[in-house]
Amino acid sequence: MRFAVIITLKKDVLDPQGKVVEQTLQSMGINSLKNLRQGKYIEIDLNESDEKKAHNIIEEMCKKLLVNLIIEEYTIRKI
Amino acid sequence: MNSSVIVFPGSNCDRDVATALTNLQFKNKMVWHKDSELPKSDLIVIPGGFSYGDYLRSGAIAAKSNILKEVIKAANSGCLVLGICNGFQILIETGLLQGALLRNKNLKFVSKDINLKIINNENKFCNNYKKNSVISLNIAHNEGNYFTQKDHLKELEDNNLIPFKYCDIEGSINESSNPNGSLNNIAGILNNNKNILGMMPHPERMVDNLISNSNGIELFTSILS
Repeated sequence: MRFAVIITLKKDVLDPQGKVVEQTLQSMGINSLKNLRQGKYIEIDLNESDEKKAHNIIEEMCKKLLVNLIIEEYTIRKI
Repeated sequence: MNSSVIVFPGSNCDRDVATALTNLQFKNKMVWHKDSELPKSDLIVIPGGFSYGDYLRSGAIAAKSNILKEVIKAANSGCLVLGICNGFQILIETGLLQGALLRNKNLKFVSKDINLKIINNENKFCNNYKKNSVISLNIAHNEGNYFTQKDHLKELEDNNLIPFKYCDIEGSINESSNPNGSLNNIAGILNNNKNILGMMPHPERMVDNLISNSNGIELFTSILS
């Protein structure tokens, strides 16, 4: 079973990299760009056929290592 | 006094700190991250560098290494623990110190000598410094922008858990003297028991007048006294 974890900085945490990318795109003339945040994407294959169990394992990975919960938030998607 | 310096793949200030400790009469041992036993230590130093190439987040992988389990046990039973630069990032990732170290606000790797004000000296790491004095140490980091929740920031300020803040040569703490965007110009923090210190500046680089200044010596002699 394959999952994707998307990690982004929480809304109230300054994202200087995202800001620079945002400003660059705006300076390239993309005027409709309102806001941009940069994050991380992690793809995980699991040997587990029960989706609920698999989801819990990914959740545990996020909490124990992949995500710093003080500054980051995450979403898990089955792909 | 017995000290241990923890070495990870990618540590690069381990020998500097070992030299500083040995010159100041510590009996020092180097401890490899795969070891599962910690030598008898009064002080554990987690040195600067780029452990595991800063993969995932600075310090995140090192915080899960074998020896860190022993460091956490020792820290929780009162052993003095000093984390410098990447060592501070590792202590944050273990949860021994709270908060987070974000990418520097200006997105630049900052490597220069900066001024620090001694805000609190009533702890085992700083008691040989004069309160409110200004010292100069070196910083060299990409993720030193200290961030924490409002409640915790208040707790740090109220309980004298901030030993150093970035300042200018006169000792003024302001935005222009903040090299990385840290909240309240914080350069280092202590845990509640004041036996764990994490700091971004490098005291071990400032122990020899021949190559720099000697402003870092008092940190080590404070520990000895």
